[in-house]
Amino acid sequence: MGRQLLLENIHKPGIRGLEGYRANGGYRSVEKALKTMSPEGVLEEVKKSGLRGRGGAGFPAGLKWSFMAKPEGVPRHLVVNADESEPGTFKDRYLMQLIPHLLIEGIIPSCYALGVDTCYIYIRGEYFYIARILEQAIAEARTAGWLGKNILGSGFNLEVYVHVGAGAYICGEETALLESLEGKRGLPRIKPPFPAVKGVWQRPTVVNNVETICAVVPIINDGGEEYAKIGIGKSTGTKLISAGGHVNKPGVYEIELGVPVEEFLMSDEYCGGVSGGRPLKACIPGGSSVPVLPAELLFRTAKFETRLMTYESLADGGFETGSMLGSGGFYVFNDSACMVRATWNHSRFYHHESCGQCSPCREGTGWMEKILYRFEHGLARTDDIDLLWDVQRRIEGKTICPFGDAASWPVAASIRHFRHEFEYHATHPTKVKDPKHCEKEPIPYPERSYAG
Amino acid sequence: MQPSDPHTPAAEGITPYTFSEKALAECKELLTHYPQDHPKSALIPILHVVQADNDGWLSVPAMDAVAELLGIQYIEVYEVATFYSMFHLKPVGKHVFDVCQTVPCMLRGADDIIAHIGKTLGIKPGETTADGMFTLRTAECLGSCGSAPMMQCGARYHEHLTIEKVDQIIGQLRQKDTRSNYTDHIPAPDDGTTASA
Ligand SMILES: Cc1cc2nc3c(=O)[nH]c(=O)nc-3n(C[C@H](O)[C@H](O)[C@H](O)COP(=O)(O)O)c2cc1C
Ligand code: SF4
Ligand code: FES
Repeated sequence: MGRQLLLENIHKPGIRGLEGYRANGGYRSVEKALKTMSPEGVLEEVKKSGLRGRGGAGFPAGLKWSFMAKPEGVPRHLVVNADESEPGTFKDRYLMQLIPHLLIEGIIPSCYALGVDTCYIYIRGEYFYIARILEQAIAEARTAGWLGKNILGSGFNLEVYVHVGAGAYICGEETALLESLEGKRGLPRIKPPFPAVKGVWQRPTVVNNVETICAVVPIINDGGEEYAKIGIGKSTGTKLISAGGHVNKPGVYEIELGVPVEEFLMSDEYCGGVSGGRPLKACIPGGSSVPVLPAELLFRTAKFETRLMTYESLADGGFETGSMLGSGGFYVFNDSACMVRATWNHSRFYHHESCGQCSPCREGTGWMEKILYRFEHGLARTDDIDLLWDVQRRIEGKTICPFGDAASWPVAASIRHFRHEFEYHATHPTKVKDPKHCEKEPIPYPERSYAG
Repeated sequence: MQPSDPHTPAAEGITPYTFSEKALAECKELLTHYPQDHPKSALIPILHVVQADNDGWLSVPAMDAVAELLGIQYIEVYEVATFYSMFHLKPVGKHVFDVCQTVPCMLRGADDIIAHIGKTLGIKPGETTADGMFTLRTAECLGSCGSAPMMQCGARYHEHLTIEKVDQIIGQLRQKDTRSNYTDHIPAPDDGTTASA
């Protein structure tokens, strides 16, 4: 098992309460930051750590913080993104449910560095019971003097509020999230201006994922350089991976970035192999928005290099033969899964969740869903594959927010790697009426060479 | 402040809404979380409180009462209430099942769970049983894929579902005399399991 920076204490008795959390060294980073460091010093450590946003895009956290505008007399805010709606991702819930004080602790030095005195945790509405856990942790921290006025006599003040959403995937996109926090529909804003200049209530705002903020704790405790020693290249530190689908041991695992994908999926330390006693067919390594990888490209890249769990290695080969680390929502398909059915399911999701502002996204996701419905139900023709390809191509890059890309990439990747399954659906209309047809009669993956 | 509406709730036979004392106190507390000149920010959290206070759904009078409390236009409440999937704009059963149907859950048997609930209750997704006890809805990924298949009922996540487990849950809920609301305070285990069921 690699180093456990976030999950080390997660199973210690009483860790959810302040007392148990303190007994395991909790809130040390706050003492260190507020008593011995300047706000600039905290920012410097985060920059040195190389920490990249854990919400999906992987943008360097320190760099984002340094963009925070500081106009005279205007309050600034940190908004923690706890919307966690990317299909396949459940790590933030795990952290917040089991060790809520880690997030509260991470928020304090972060806000100190950013000059923020009011922080909001925007949590998806379905996580109401987790919001209660966080509220209790906040109340405990406040009573103990970790929040409130003049924390540790430093003159630094901080209030943290939990804000619940109400069920809308798009509110995970940071500008939609800010709209939602203002009591509006979650319609993404056109950027620029970026949130760091004009965010919630037009005030400078940094939005960071739950896991990103939690990672600030070990970075302050051990120093940014120590953190950066873990991992490979620009993929520093540890990352939580949510493992699901056809794996023997679904769950949340903390990996040191750089673990080989094969080790992560097959070893007992992590996923424990593919479930169902069936061969591996495919894997979506970073949440539903990233391209699917066929078994042939999961453990090795097209250049026959070992595929690693890093931002770079998972993306190796671009969209032709690679994917992305994304949010770390890692879900696996054995050969009983039908890729057409999965793609239809994904496209239904994106159609349902499109906010509707941009025509290519609003209409295109609907068309994709309809065409995929036809494939799934044995009503499509082979040339509908090209039609589907054409529709997805007209969405990507032509919308206000990256949701449009996220909706089209999974479709493109499915066609790219599993065209033969679409053809099968078009030519075996009776067989595919049974949604379990792959379980009974798997569709073989064609011989093909990805090299060169 | 607001122009008077000829389609008054009473004229349309809709039950008017007044905040319960407890709900009003909760709403006022929520308003303290935001800058004084941005009360609208409390809208979504307040709609959750009001939905639970109004038998589990948002009627037009309930939404209008929220608009008046916040000093915003009615339309500003309607557009938000219609955008988010957790707000019910029609009466729903006492217990709403939001069953996740997204791929990671599908891979672990969600389709069979949805079909089984539908058959047991005699309803399709989107419908409510005639006795007003249950509503079945399909949901998109609820962030519990590692415990798939799963569903939410009120604040509670029911995870690692099997046919037997679903039957048991339905049986237990038939005996429960209170409504299951998203805002319920429920205990969630802190013993290292993510399951809150
Ligand atoms: C459609 C869409 C959905 C997103 N959903 C989430 C989410 O659920 N949680 C999250 O942290 N980031 C999500 N993001 C990314 C956020 O926009 C933003 O980049 C992130 O919260 C920044 O935090 P980080 O830099 O710490 O990762 C989403 C982005 C898009 C385009
Ligand atoms: S791309 Fe889709 S989700 Fe994003 S703003 Fe446009 S319509 Fe809305
Ligand atoms: S797919 Fe069902 S909870 Fe994520």
